[in-house]
Amino acid sequence: MPSLRRPGLLGLYYAVLLVLLYVPIGVLFLFSVNDATVFGFPLHGLTAHWYRDMLRNAELLESLGSSALVAVGSSLTATALGTLAAIALLRFKFGGKPGFLAVALMPLLVPFLILGVALLILFAALDVPRSLWTVGAAHTVVSMPYTLLIVMARLVGFDDHLEEAAQDLGASYFYTLRRVVLPLIAPAMLAAWLVAFTISFDEFVLASFLIGRSPTLPVFLFGQLRFANRFPQVLALAMLVMLVSLSLVVLAERLQRLGTGASLRPPEPAAENGS
Amino acid sequence: MARRNLLPWLLMAAPSVWLAIFFVAPLALMAFYSLRPNMEGGLFAWGWQPTLSNYRTILQGESYLPLLWVSIRVALVVAFCATLLSYPLAYFLVFRARLRAPLLLTLLILPFWTSYLLRIISWKVILGSNGVINSLLTYIGLVDQPVPLLIYSRLAVVVTLVYVWLPFVALPIYAALQRIDASLLEAATILGAPRWLAFLRVTFPLSLPGVIAGFFMVFIPTVGEFVTPLLVGGSRGALYGNLIEIFFGDGINWPLGAAMAFIMLLGVFALAGVVARLVDLRRLAG
Repeated sequence: MPSLRRPGLLGLYYAVLLVLLYVPIGVLFLFSVNDATVFGFPLHGLTAHWYRDMLRNAELLESLGSSALVAVGSSLTATALGTLAAIALLRFKFGGKPGFLAVALMPLLVPFLILGVALLILFAALDVPRSLWTVGAAHTVVSMPYTLLIVMARLVGFDDHLEEAAQDLGASYFYTLRRVVLPLIAPAMLAAWLVAFTISFDEFVLASFLIGRSPTLPVFLFGQLRFANRFPQVLALAMLVMLVSLSLVVLAERLQRLGTGASLRPPEPAAENGS
Repeated sequence: MARRNLLPWLLMAAPSVWLAIFFVAPLALMAFYSLRPNMEGGLFAWGWQPTLSNYRTILQGESYLPLLWVSIRVALVVAFCATLLSYPLAYFLVFRARLRAPLLLTLLILPFWTSYLLRIISWKVILGSNGVINSLLTYIGLVDQPVPLLIYSRLAVVVTLVYVWLPFVALPIYAALQRIDASLLEAATILGAPRWLAFLRVTFPLSLPGVIAGFFMVFIPTVGEFVTPLLVGGSRGALYGNLIEIFFGDGINWPLGAAMAFIMLLGVFALAGVVARLVDLRRLAG
């Protein structure tokens, strides 16, 4: 349903910028199907063999697996911790709330480089060997502000009278949590999980400091930059990964809109900048 | 009811412990470590005397603070350009795009969710001396040899980072613009304000929290940036972050690197404190 207004200058500007944003990605795609290891013109004809090679590159696939592992682990942890904190912050009265919220959101203010070196020092001090675990712990910290905010936005959106009603009717708190609260915030939790997953899956800076022997995908990718002949394969993989992560983001956005739109009260015009 | 009072603490326990161990403790430890005089006795040894010598080195060194200043300036320029360029995008989405807004917004944000490294690398591929632009120019015969483009310079770093962050900044501005009560704009029109004046006196001031949020969402990661300079900046494009990275990598001097990181952290927090006084951050958090 296009609007009938002519697009105007602003619309033109939007269109031009959108195109500019997609050109570099298009360029990468072009060289992932170009039959040459040199990224320049003239093009050497269409090929799918970078994609085939990629599927046979054990190291590359292993790093993909490592990334997936870290992303699943850290996003589940971040969602669980963010949800617990969100419920406590919005449904209970207790001291130290503003302080906790400030600390929980503070990772948004710390450049990843600084958190990365700080964690490097911590793990060295504790004599913890660097591994996928250390990367996962770091990713959980930086994803938590997002999961917290997304779940909080959902909790603000519905009435706590529902919980009171359940408890007046004799349900214990944990029963209420399980049967009333969790079903209501489930879409937001899923959205939060997807956002956390995407953050972790793509994260390079923290991983580069905290990684052990087996690299995550971005770290592996960075290492491959030195070998021109292998790069098209990496590009091919990146294109596939991009496709997957794009579909995850679209899904997350859908869920979040579902989460804030279809509440039990009339929708409120707030809280949509969760991601 | 005593149990009810215990509940929030039960819920808070895990998140608090996690943040204490993996966020607060490492930053505190980093501050402490920056007082260590040297690396004698391995990466982690006890029994050294705390000293401010690393900070003295930084203050007296010829390149540390100037480079920090360069990093701050680059981050300010990148954040300013990205905010300026994305404001009209958000404005268009909220006030002009109507039914197409959700689709257009999704299209705008999608590039942001493609790999951060690859978006940087794409600029290396485009701008490089044998890159897309140069090889295209040579191929079609406009030039005989590669023209020096802006690759391996500070400008290349700025251009790349503006590209990387542009879609992201539109989000908070979009959210702020959306919250503006349309009747305020109507009132301005009825009272005879021309559109530009209504924008200047009503729309823009009301969108300022979003603008500031967007600005800092770019400024903070950019001020600590070291990957983009590595890839497209070359030796002339190095930033403060690259020094920190080097001290924790090959040029192993963790205490000095920790001191540099701590100085940057204090700077960012100070700035955030000033901004938090100007705008209510809780409103931005939604």
